[in-house]
Amino acid sequence: MEQSDIPGHQAPLLRIARQAGATTAQLLVTFIGLLAVTFIISRVVPIDPVSALIGERATADQIAEARLRLGLDEPLWRQFLLYVWQALHGDFGLSIKTHQPVIQEIARFFPATLELSTLATIIGVLIGIPAGVLAATRPGSLPDQIVRLVGLMGYSMPVFWLALIGLLVFYGDLGWVGGPGRLDASYDMMMEFEVTQYTGMVLVDTALNGRWDMFANAFSHIILPASILGYLSMAYISRMTRSFMMNELGQEYITTARVKGMPERRVIWVHAMKNVMVPLITVIALSYAFLLEGAVLTETIFAWPGLGRYITDALLVADMPAVLGGTVVVGAVYIGLNMVSDLLYRLADPRAR
Amino acid sequence: MAGVATWLREPNPTSRWQARAGQGYLSWLRFCRNPLAMIGLAITVLLVLMSLFAPLLAPHDPIAQDLTHRFIPPGTPGNWLGTDDFGRDIWSRILFGSRITLYIVVLVILTAPVVGLIIGTVAGYFGGWIDQVLMRITDIFLAFPKLILALALVAVLGPGIENAVLAIALTSWPPYARVARAETLTVRNSDYIAAVRLQGAGAARIIWGHIMPMCLPSVIIRVTLDMAGVILIAAGLGFLGLGVQPPLPEWGMMISSGRKFLFDQWWVATMPGLAIFIVSLGFNLLGDGLRDVLDPRSAGR
Repeated sequence: MEQSDIPGHQAPLLRIARQAGATTAQLLVTFIGLLAVTFIISRVVPIDPVSALIGERATADQIAEARLRLGLDEPLWRQFLLYVWQALHGDFGLSIKTHQPVIQEIARFFPATLELSTLATIIGVLIGIPAGVLAATRPGSLPDQIVRLVGLMGYSMPVFWLALIGLLVFYGDLGWVGGPGRLDASYDMMMEFEVTQYTGMVLVDTALNGRWDMFANAFSHIILPASILGYLSMAYISRMTRSFMMNELGQEYITTARVKGMPERRVIWVHAMKNVMVPLITVIALSYAFLLEGAVLTETIFAWPGLGRYITDALLVADMPAVLGGTVVVGAVYIGLNMVSDLLYRLADPRAR
Repeated sequence: MAGVATWLREPNPTSRWQARAGQGYLSWLRFCRNPLAMIGLAITVLLVLMSLFAPLLAPHDPIAQDLTHRFIPPGTPGNWLGTDDFGRDIWSRILFGSRITLYIVVLVILTAPVVGLIIGTVAGYFGGWIDQVLMRITDIFLAFPKLILALALVAVLGPGIENAVLAIALTSWPPYARVARAETLTVRNSDYIAAVRLQGAGAARIIWGHIMPMCLPSVIIRVTLDMAGVILIAAGLGFLGLGVQPPLPEWGMMISSGRKFLFDQWWVATMPGLAIFIVSLGFNLLGDGLRDVLDPRSAGR
């Protein structure tokens, strides 16, 4: 359906902008709520933030000074406002372990996670959509059963276990892929000194620098964790694609197209796919968000220096500012992805405007 | 037996009880036609039996160490799944571990859906600002990735099985609230609710006695589909050392302790993972089958 066909939709972009404004306001409320939860968590922690900062043997004056600096003598509601204010400015305090600002550390760890989950989503989309379409066009057939079972297996597998098995088989036994880490140890130093880091993502940076030998090495390291996460996202995407496609193929316009003698391939991939893509955008965004979660466990196994590993490492040493900062960032990415998918949905489907 | 089947298939039931039993029987027959769902049911029943009779079935003590029998490979008589780094029989540990898994799952499904059901029905029934506030809170909890919120909560509460349950329950209720609210909105304005209200029933009685039962089928389907997710999160917490503490045989923790020997003694980490995989696959198959039977709208999806 073209936009111009619908009366009263002269300024769809303006409409979208207004709705986007409302959505943003709602999301801001959600974000502040998220901060409220982490604030409450941080205040019930049995760890004393003052002694963690200045050590156990500080004098009474030092403690009083530190309490003043951290705002701990203020009433709770003012502490919360201060917390929100700082969080909105990207200030999550200092890491207890490294005494570095948490936000700087997160900025250093985030690109690795972004790279991993992006590649995983690409794998999931490239396999999941065709698999779902195949299953939807032949319901009940053997390919349909296989797609369904493979998908259910993906839902049922502990991702860290799958990662271990993958490491055992493809790295340990077959030697097809690089092991844990983002590069071989011999390339690690080179990455540090010979490659300009534009994005912090190894694949992108090595390609931009024209270091294809390093690119190949980085690829052999990322392909296994990305495939494992990609499998999870494939399971979800193929299942949803199948269901959307089945729904679409039952519509009358499909029958019309078929009666007109249109080739089946065109009916499915052009006509039906156009409408399936609309809800699928949301699914892909959701699976992207949900990979961030899978990444937490996968990264610990592949020694992948990403956000997930940052959070789990911080947990083990009870570095609460780092844990909570990481939690807020992941939550914010989650909320952001929801907003993007909502916007794309409105842009793609005139009925949703 | 034949008498019971005829009684169940009676087209003109003489009592409400007979009608219900007949409906249940038909659903059961429909469920039986789905082989994958039957496999799921079998796995679930097997899990329950395993955990009930673990002391009888286990050939060895799951905790006692025997350093002379370390790393026996699988397939050896007496230790058919092999032994771990402390010489403990992996099969016995998996058997006893099923009790912990079941314990966590049961506690979570007894708490999270109830909380979600109450919040969802109250929000849907009253509407207005109550709805707004409750649904905003739900959205906030939905905005967190489950595992990460559970991690942060366990970090605060301290590791342990009860805290793991609490953290998982706190992260699992929002979808139930959503489902219950949606169902409530569809029945809120129906005639039978108006009739009950005219009889003088209060809000609490209407919600408890007349709205919640209508939400139950959707919530139950969600629960079966969620059980696999609960197992996976519990295993993830165990894997990170935040769930059950050693030497108790929790499956996720067993994988993490087998990780150190992955390349030489692969079975130590592989076997408990296989157990997690089979059990959650069973719950997923069961949930899928139940949904097809109880909710014909989404059949085939």
